[in-house]
Amino acid sequence: MDLENQKRVKEFAEQYGPENVVVLVGAAEGEAAGLAAETVENGDPTFAGPLTGVQLGLLCYHVCEPEIKAEFDANVYEENVGMMEMVLDVDDICEEMSDIRSNYCKYL
Amino acid sequence: MNSVIKSASYVLAHVPQMVIHNGTTQTTERVVNPDGDYLKELPKHLRSFKDCVEYWPNQVYIGNKTPEELEAVEFPYYDKNIDGASRYGKYGEIMPEDEFLLLAQTCDVFEVYYLTRDFVAATRPKLEADPIITDDIKGRIQEGIELSEIEKLVKEEAAEGLYLDGKLVGCVKRAHDIDVNLSAEVMHENIMNKATGVLSLLYLVRNAGINAADVDYVIDCSEEACGDMNQRGGGNFAKADAEIAGLVNATGSDARGFCAGPTHAMIEAAALVKSGAFRNVAVVGGGCTAKLGMNGKNHVEKDMPALEDCLGAFAILVSENDGVSPEINLDILGRHTVGTGSAPQNVIGSLVADPLERAGLTVNDVDKYSPEMQNPDITKPAGAGDVPQANYKMIAALSVKKGWIEKKDMPEWIKKHGLTGFAPTQGHVPSGVPFIGFARDGILEGKYKRVMIIGKGSLFLGRMTNLFDGVSYIIQTNTSAEESQNSVSRDEVKKLIAASLKEFANSLLGTEEA
Repeated sequence: MDLENQKRVKEFAEQYGPENVVVLVGAAEGEAAGLAAETVENGDPTFAGPLTGVQLGLLCYHVCEPEIKAEFDANVYEENVGMMEMVLDVDDICEEMSDIRSNYCKYL
Repeated sequence: MNSVIKSASYVLAHVPQMVIHNGTTQTTERVVNPDGDYLKELPKHLRSFKDCVEYWPNQVYIGNKTPEELEAVEFPYYDKNIDGASRYGKYGEIMPEDEFLLLAQTCDVFEVYYLTRDFVAATRPKLEADPIITDDIKGRIQEGIELSEIEKLVKEEAAEGLYLDGKLVGCVKRAHDIDVNLSAEVMHENIMNKATGVLSLLYLVRNAGINAADVDYVIDCSEEACGDMNQRGGGNFAKADAEIAGLVNATGSDARGFCAGPTHAMIEAAALVKSGAFRNVAVVGGGCTAKLGMNGKNHVEKDMPALEDCLGAFAILVSENDGVSPEINLDILGRHTVGTGSAPQNVIGSLVADPLERAGLTVNDVDKYSPEMQNPDITKPAGAGDVPQANYKMIAALSVKKGWIEKKDMPEWIKKHGLTGFAPTQGHVPSGVPFIGFARDGILEGKYKRVMIIGKGSLFLGRMTNLFDGVSYIIQTNTSAEESQNSVSRDEVKKLIAASLKEFANSLLGTEEA
């Protein structure tokens, strides 16, 4: 995850309290989505950014996960995410995200 | 009349030492984790020049192999080299690090770039043996200074070291004592960009079969910025490159738009030529040292070669219609506007579906699409997937939503209209442009009628806007013959006007008589 984004996530967690922050990612690959989730839950796995060694445990979802999809107006979702749903390996992404959540998320 | 693609050139400079010393993944690591394993392991993963030349995607980039041939190679590519492949190709070449360091010396006009005497003596015959190197450039080679002086500049004057096989052979000095925009690091980055830009311009002129003096405008569309503290991105790489490449009659300017830069620049070039303002406009994009080894951590972790070991560059010549070369059709432009939004389907809609719909076409009327052409050998191990394939999937999915293709036909459509990525991950370099050479050849051979070039850029990186960006255009078979057949000549117009005046006069006479 981009170093600047790590810094912003860290600041939001401090400002609003980690229990009040949900991180929503839109990465195109399960692995990339998982890396972002791992960064905001268990710390930066590449040991490069401000979240190195910082286990925020934030709740993190991909926009294509059913829990998130259910939150949207169906038309808005279709208009903005419908095409990508057809393109992405949604099952792989869901599996990766839920694995990381069950291991590291502190606010499930 | 539409302007045409007169020629294209593609070059690579193999610079493994710059991966270690100048790639930002590595320079960042040296700050945050100097004793970590990555910096220790990386040198073991750097490729030899031979391996770099024989690497499939590199051979495609310089035009010795085609993307279709690459498609038939089993993935991954890095363990399937082409034995005996040449450093010289149809579109350009792959230059080794020693020759490139000397070429870069000839691009320095402010006495900030120094090489050792021994290095220059050993490398000069090699660079001079490269047939593309002009006498002017040979005449610019400086003899060099003593190693002890270079060591002193690096230790005491914050000069940026230049290395070959792990040994210090030169340095780039800062160009100002205080101004960070002229620091040794920035000067190094800009001179390397300039040197690759110059090399691609030399090949562009050769490939076009014109005189260097015929080029009258140059647009640089890379991602570097040259300037001082009062004008950080003042420019002008274009004119600086043109000077060394001997384009004596050219003026020029720099266009920027992150990875979409080259596509914006091509549209601007096509418009400049079509308007008659300039006759031969060269669009050039030099290489980027910062991006060397960008995904190196993943490559090292997966025990594969650090594949981002080349500076990539290209140049395209846009010229007046010659009645033969493929045209740039400015009537079918894709535009991601401020109001478009950044959801992927809005982006693909604005860049691909909308312009085609406006022209009464569908996605099936374009033979090949060239979006971001990143080499998947580099991006897949880094978790970024196959970028061109992701683009094709999005175009196909949107086409399903538009009713242009059936969902079940998506894989077949992608195979037919897509390409395998082969470009180095040098930001603006993969963005649509790498296929222009092949598109030109394919259209001339009658293999394609229309090719769409798509450029996309992530503007948020500059922290000025969160907007996404992109533009697209179509390269098509030359239509000037049809146009002249369909158009009416001046004499014919005169005859038509005379006939209608006569008819009108007769009708007036007729009325009076009645």
